[in-house]
Amino acid sequence: MKRNKAWLAPLLSVLFFGLFVGAWQLATSSSSDGELPPGMDPEYAALLGAQAATGGQSAMPGPGDVAARIWEHVKDPFYDRGTNDKGLGIQISYSIARVLGGYVLAALVAIPLGFLIGMSPLVYKALDPFIQILKPISPLAWMPLALYTIKDSNTSAVFVIFICSLWPMLVNTAFGVATVRREWLNVARTLEVKPLRRAFLVILPAAAPTILVGMRISIGIAWLVIVAAEMLVGGTGIGYFVWNEWNNLSITNIITAILLIGLVGMLLDHLLAWVARAISWRE
Amino acid sequence: MSQPFLKIEGLKRQFPQPGDAAPTPVFEDLNFGIDRGQFVCVLGHSGCGKTTILNILAGLDEASAGHVIMDGREVRGPSLDRGVVFQGHALMPWLSALKNVEFAVRSRHADWSREQVRNHAVKYLELVHLGEALDKKPAELSGGMKQRVGIARAFSIEPKMLLLDEPFGALDALTRGSIQDELIGIVEATRQTVFMITHDVDEAILLADRIVLMTNGPRAKIAEIVVNPMARPRVRETLHQQPEFYPLRNHLVDFLVKRSRAFTPGADWDPKNPPLVYPGAPDRAAA
Repeated sequence: MKRNKAWLAPLLSVLFFGLFVGAWQLATSSSSDGELPPGMDPEYAALLGAQAATGGQSAMPGPGDVAARIWEHVKDPFYDRGTNDKGLGIQISYSIARVLGGYVLAALVAIPLGFLIGMSPLVYKALDPFIQILKPISPLAWMPLALYTIKDSNTSAVFVIFICSLWPMLVNTAFGVATVRREWLNVARTLEVKPLRRAFLVILPAAAPTILVGMRISIGIAWLVIVAAEMLVGGTGIGYFVWNEWNNLSITNIITAILLIGLVGMLLDHLLAWVARAISWRE
Repeated sequence: MSQPFLKIEGLKRQFPQPGDAAPTPVFEDLNFGIDRGQFVCVLGHSGCGKTTILNILAGLDEASAGHVIMDGREVRGPSLDRGVVFQGHALMPWLSALKNVEFAVRSRHADWSREQVRNHAVKYLELVHLGEALDKKPAELSGGMKQRVGIARAFSIEPKMLLLDEPFGALDALTRGSIQDELIGIVEATRQTVFMITHDVDEAILLADRIVLMTNGPRAKIAEIVVNPMARPRVRETLHQQPEFYPLRNHLVDFLVKRSRAFTPGADWDPKNPPLVYPGAPDRAAA
């Protein structure tokens, strides 16, 4: 019964997609039949050229335009024709590199520090007020400070990713370590397991699923933030590309970039979900 | 009189109460000894602090007063000399049965080769008939099998003494029976000294040499120590046909039902030296 309906969800997906594209097509082509908008002087329209007057060829592209543009980008993702004209492949690579850089640095700091906080109620209490205040700060608020102190826009973007990835991993690691089942720790105690061995062979695997939850939240946030960060720092990256295309009023390119951002975000999330599955344990 | 292998003297444990209320001891002035190779069960109702006693023996908890001396040395903190089988199996769910035991073996013998550790662990898993389930994770094992891995883990470090905290409490009667038989076998094979907590009268009769009877908490005491007259080897199927069985069983049940609640020590009852009783063998009591 259930197997028979396995195709139903994909079919519905295709249907929804078709409806969406159809509606989109309808919405973008409706005003392009040459009629003048009400109140428009025909002479003025003629002067400006009919298209401009009617807005017939509006800046909002139809699905066909976007599909054609995507195809262009797919065919040649890595072209480089100067500062403001680089392929989407190059731009997204910059973004991914920044995200991974900041994210890995954050993990290197957050996981050991979270371990420490989770192991020691004293350290937890001492650092808690700082974490409470720093955690809700929008990572972009750090940007001016980063630009001023680091004096390098690229490093500043990485720093912003670092700071936004830090908190979920830190808090989850501390929580996971602090809530390791007492009985496993007792087993380790009765076996006289040395602290380092206990940390790596008992606490780390016990807390790993919780840590991975934090890592997954972090990569999601980092990917959200990189677009905004690159709009600010400029130069390269998918966020900069979107802003640049906004200045060019190329909505097709913007939509293409939006789709790409979603796709890469999904891949990053799935990657971590896969790791989480690999290290999770069942009781 | 020679010193017993394990000696408990004036043991007391109290927990801080909320507010300024004076702490009431869960138990106080416990005194008893366990000889090498002896199997001692503690029988009592929940709340008399059985698990707390075991935790103190294991070194996981500290006594408020009194001390525990094992093999001439005071027990301070956990040690590989005392293997513990926990109430919940306490296996690490991310490790297979074999790896769980290997973890313990490696803790004992840091200098052993990978091969040695593995062989040693396999040997003990085979003792509890889990040779076929080495690579299974705890989630893939039944409750009884998990507890057997726990037992294999505790035995594998070859401790001087084994502490079992109601290891079969969560198991169904059939599984419990077969694991008890395995435990008898492995204890007899290794001549292990065992301290076990239970609230199951038949389990105590089947396994124990001596049965320590505790009154209800708070302020639980050792009312008496029953010497189990049943001959070894004991076989579950025929145990109840022996003449000593029912007098012993009646004595224990009677204690749990009535006397544990309203224990009134006789004039000659001395907490420092709880009386040994021999139910079903009155002639020995006089001796």
